[in-house]
Amino acid sequence: MLFDYLPIIVLIIISTGLAGIAVLLGHLLGPRRPTLRKSVPYESGMRPIGPGARRMPVRFYLIAVLFILFDIEIIFFLPWAVVFKKLGLFGLVEMFIFIAILLVGYVYAWKKGALEWE
Amino acid sequence: MPNDLWLSIGAILPIIVLAVWACLLLLVDLFIPAQRKGWTASLAAVGLLITLAVILSRLGQSQSGFGGMVMVDNFANFLSILLLASGLAAIALSHDYLQRTGIERGEYYVLLLFSISGMMLMGMASDLIMVFLALELLSIPLYVLAGIAVPRLNSEEAAIKYFLLGAFASGFLVYGTALVYGASGSTSIAKIVQVIQAGQHNLTLLLAGAGLILVGLGFKVAVAPFHMWTPDVYQGAPSSVTAFMAVGAKAAGFAALLRIFVLAFPVVSLDMTPVLWSVAALTMILGNFVAIAQKNIKRLLAYSSIAHAGYILMALTPYGQSNVSADSVASALFYLVAYALTNFAAWAVVIALEQADERGLELSDYAGLGRKQPALAAAMTVAMLSFTGVPPTLGFVGKFFLFRTVIEGGFIGLALIGVLTSLVSAYYYLRVVVIMYMQEGEPVVRRDGWLYATAFVSSIGVVALSIFAGPLIALASRAILNLF
Amino acid sequence: MLIDWIIFFGLAVVAIASGIGLLLSKNAIYAALNLIANFTAVAIFYLILAAPFIALAQIAVYAGAIMVLFLFVIMLLGAERLGGTSTLRWQRPLAIVLGLILIVETVLVFINRSGAIAPIVEVTADFGSPAAIGESLFSTYLLPFEVISVLLLAAMIGAIVLTRRRDQKA
Repeated sequence: MLFDYLPIIVLIIISTGLAGIAVLLGHLLGPRRPTLRKSVPYESGMRPIGPGARRMPVRFYLIAVLFILFDIEIIFFLPWAVVFKKLGLFGLVEMFIFIAILLVGYVYAWKKGALEWE
Repeated sequence: MPNDLWLSIGAILPIIVLAVWACLLLLVDLFIPAQRKGWTASLAAVGLLITLAVILSRLGQSQSGFGGMVMVDNFANFLSILLLASGLAAIALSHDYLQRTGIERGEYYVLLLFSISGMMLMGMASDLIMVFLALELLSIPLYVLAGIAVPRLNSEEAAIKYFLLGAFASGFLVYGTALVYGASGSTSIAKIVQVIQAGQHNLTLLLAGAGLILVGLGFKVAVAPFHMWTPDVYQGAPSSVTAFMAVGAKAAGFAALLRIFVLAFPVVSLDMTPVLWSVAALTMILGNFVAIAQKNIKRLLAYSSIAHAGYILMALTPYGQSNVSADSVASALFYLVAYALTNFAAWAVVIALEQADERGLELSDYAGLGRKQPALAAAMTVAMLSFTGVPPTLGFVGKFFLFRTVIEGGFIGLALIGVLTSLVSAYYYLRVVVIMYMQEGEPVVRRDGWLYATAFVSSIGVVALSIFAGPLIALASRAILNLF
Repeated sequence: MLIDWIIFFGLAVVAIASGIGLLLSKNAIYAALNLIANFTAVAIFYLILAAPFIALAQIAVYAGAIMVLFLFVIMLLGAERLGGTSTLRWQRPLAIVLGLILIVETVLVFINRSGAIAPIVEVTADFGSPAAIGESLFSTYLLPFEVISVLLLAAMIGAIVLTRRRDQKA
């Protein structure tokens, strides 16, 4: 049964392998002349601003919570999508109601400015 | 399926109406300016009234829906009406209070409606999965409502405490549900009963599951030893929220306990009855004795609420005896009505005396109320007498009914504990009355029509219904649980 | 079936090691990363138990969304640099004792369980597949499914109410 997931395992092995090879090759072939500037953490090429582990703004919290809620919604789409044809119109209506209720929440969040970054 | 589906939708129509109304209200509220939130409150009340009308138009029918997920019987309708009336009382208590404490927001009323729809669903739920979802639907809005006075610190504390312990309790309920599923192969109460009758269940697992479900719901109705959150949450939450929570969460929790235990678990009653006995006794003793030491009226009412959960749980103790179980249900329902009315009378007075920054909540702030505000003091006196169980109040009739059920079930010791703890409770309830009438003071009282109306209607109801209790008792006795 | 045992024990080692790592890491972010490893191992357990949908939900919701929230909270509290000083000293020994009792009890139950629990529901091979779940979710569990959306809506309102201040945009 687990052999159904063989492609995923192969994918994981190849992707980690490739990443490992890239790092390894860079390590072996690249010249290494460290300077103070070079050994500083990479921050999109610009000069780093402040320490890396500073406190994040609390706004991220609301974004993360909304992300969880919509993520849970997505999870329910999956079993629906698999049997969509079999369920027919009935399933479509059910899913429509489900989305409509959450759409109310989306409109609310939008109007309240919860999605804005101020 | 379609034909059956329309019937099912018809069965839960009241909840659909209420939930859709709440969704629309959420959107409408976006366009109501901040100083006009009274409109939102009125619209929420209209939603409750429409739902009430839908229920009243279809009384007496009992119908199962969604393949046994819900059972809309007299029991469910009785609770729905109680909950909708409590919702109306809560809105009446809320509007002015929220405005003057500066915590009014339109979402308050929307969340209240969602919570009520969850509570109504709890009364109908006849599948353990529905019980869990209904519990979450009623709890999550309550967690938020408890913290709606953010950034006031003790409101935040109340919300986080209630949320963490509530989530913990839900875990117990889910675990219990899983074990019952393991024991019987189904989560539907009707199917569980079938499996038990056929003798195909696993008794050990069923017993463990029943115990865990009792713990999970015991948290919600605040029986000892699962009551630790109650005083802090009741004190920290805005008073109007506490008033509603005390009635709504209790009614819904006991609804689920009654339906699950009376229908599905008589087979484990030999083991569960001693547990219920000791939990009820412990709750009554602890709630009443700790209440004596309270100086803050909100904490006092919190411990009083714990004690009353104990009295109601007492009725559940003989649930396994088939000749008593109908009385268990009826007396518990009757007592919930008595508790709801008394509770709203008391909280209306508490809210009238509460001032900004949570002043006016000490017992000493009630000194002189009898002289300055005789009407409010009278309402409070009626409430305190009813909590104690002194005639002529509904609390007396309710307790009488409860004790009769317990004695019928043969638990005279438990009834005795109930009577003795009621005597103890007279000490702290009557102390409030003594302070109001015997001590001099200058109480500051907020005059608000809705607040006064709630106080007077509830307290007059407490007295009048106790004198003409017959019809209410008849209603409660007819609110029998249907299995199919 | 040897391969099954190898997979099982391999995963068990990962799950337990990451669980212990979670408890022992001084840095809260490392603890969270350990928890992600643990969630992933458990997800593969679900796959072995023929419950692919739950495995998927475990990865998408727990290892994904919920851990993102955890990391955000750790970082916005600055909790990763908090010291490991515990105010409740007696907790650790008590937890170890209780944990040992639990393990012993579990083993005892497995050794002398009285009467096997008969499988009351016959389970087919595709019982936990997304298709099977879809079919029962949209027929038998139709009402719970719709209630979940109302529940999510209530939670969303709650999150916004508690994090947004009153004065911002009524």
